[in-house]
Amino acid sequence: MTAPSLPMLRRAGAAAVPAGSGALDFRLNGVPCTARRGDTVLTAILLQGDRLRVSPFSGAPRAGFCLMGACQDCWVQCADGRRLRACSTLVEEGMDLHCPPPAAGGDAP
Amino acid sequence: MTRWRPVVVGAGPAGVRAAQTLLRHGVRPVVIDEGERPGGQIYRRPPPGREVLPRKRYGFEWHRATALHEAGDRVAAQADYRPKTLVWNGAAGVLDLLEDGRAVELHYDSLLIATGAADRVLPFPGWTRPGVYTLGGAQVALKYQDTLLGPRIAFAGTGPLLYLVAYQYARAGAAVAAVLDTTPLGTQLGALPGMMARPSVLAKGLYYAAWLHAHGVPVRHGIRLDAALGEPRVAGVRYEAGGRMRELACDALAVGFGLRSETQLADLLDCEFRYDEPGRAWLPVLDAEGRSSLQGVYLAGDGTGIGGADHAEWAGERAALAMLADRGIAVDDGRRRWLARRLDRSRRFRQALERAFPLPDASAMLAGGDALLCRCEEISASQAREAVVRAGIREMNRLKALSRVGMGLCQGRMCQAGAAELLAHASGCGIGQVGRLRAQAPIKPLPLAVLGRARPS
Repeated sequence: MTAPSLPMLRRAGAAAVPAGSGALDFRLNGVPCTARRGDTVLTAILLQGDRLRVSPFSGAPRAGFCLMGACQDCWVQCADGRRLRACSTLVEEGMDLHCPPPAAGGDAP
Repeated sequence: MTRWRPVVVGAGPAGVRAAQTLLRHGVRPVVIDEGERPGGQIYRRPPPGREVLPRKRYGFEWHRATALHEAGDRVAAQADYRPKTLVWNGAAGVLDLLEDGRAVELHYDSLLIATGAADRVLPFPGWTRPGVYTLGGAQVALKYQDTLLGPRIAFAGTGPLLYLVAYQYARAGAAVAAVLDTTPLGTQLGALPGMMARPSVLAKGLYYAAWLHAHGVPVRHGIRLDAALGEPRVAGVRYEAGGRMRELACDALAVGFGLRSETQLADLLDCEFRYDEPGRAWLPVLDAEGRSSLQGVYLAGDGTGIGGADHAEWAGERAALAMLADRGIAVDDGRRRWLARRLDRSRRFRQALERAFPLPDASAMLAGGDALLCRCEEISASQAREAVVRAGIREMNRLKALSRVGMGLCQGRMCQAGAAELLAHASGCGIGQVGRLRAQAPIKPLPLAVLGRARPS
């Protein structure tokens, strides 16, 4: 799948950030992105795309499931090596987040 | 204020009302909350600093949600409120907390557990694909983050939340592709007389369903959920209705089959459990006022069996009054009797509700064999079934040991209901005979580094 993916999420309310209140910058796979203060890491990423991580077993992409800290499906890798539970971590200015592309298929080595 | 300092775990409807009741009697509890502000999941609010959600996002819940948020804010100001704090282990008289990245021991002599519930999910092919979420998760996206999953979203499963979340999404401007209910309409109609125990709640449910009909959202009853379609992301849902397979295009699919009580803390403390046939789940044993089998340990809310938010508020107050009375503090007996009557009527309503939205036959859902049973470790239903047959497994913890189902990061929260149904079916044992997964600490993942820095609170 090479086509740009449709974001999983869109904002229900006003899409624009009110001037001077709450826009913050982060990076996703090296690409500069903007979020709003109060967005979770999950929200910030899924407003841009449709995956958070890949399964260590099958290499299949995952994009979270319960959004309330129970299923542990949304752990996201930071460039500094930290792993964040994306549904319950608010995005911070300057975060450098990584979502690896899906593997070619089959089990990971 | 007395020096007695009971601990309340959870700040949803039950925990907030319990803490408020203690404060009203001059007792200042410690309130432990995984969330960042009181409200719990059903009345989840935006993060601090974000705007208040418009009233239409909530439907009829708005008044109760607002009242609970106001009570929660007073509790946060007056109690020893600890937001963003996880209880990851517990034993007699002590809880292990993860607070600001540090492990902290908290000693208690009186404990009220109000840990709530999350969606009960059953496995089906494709349920790990990006785009499949729980009904509660879909609701969190809307209420907590003011975002919508989609663009086109279908809702499948059963239970009151199915209609509520579909309604909330449609009101917020989402394209709702369909509501696919596994329960036949006749089953729901048959349970109506019992639901007259709480006519106003019944009326709200009927209103949501009627509103969806009136706004052109297809609502199908008696379906069998077959698979989430699409590769790698969800592009549709396949279901069986009226003996025919049908496919429906959507970009996201929210599923849930009622709720599952969060009981792991009560289990770690060694509270006695019983099998609850209507809910098809193991639940802590309680007396009429919320006392567990352990002295000084009380339980309230959806963590004791699914009763819903109103029920949880009353049960939280009732358990706190019992806790106070057990310490010799004078409480209003008229209020206790009033709560007992309310809770009794509410229980009859919930029994009818369980008849109206029963868990579908999971063996049919697992028939395909290629569904992943365990999302964390990616173990398929057919692999688990093969282990059951090969090793003659008849008990859940054996299934976990031999197949790794339930051993992943979620500790069985997502797979336990499906695994129990599969084991019961494959072994020929009754669902009540296969037992339950025993809770293991830490009940949620925590960084190993914090363990070296534990300190008493």
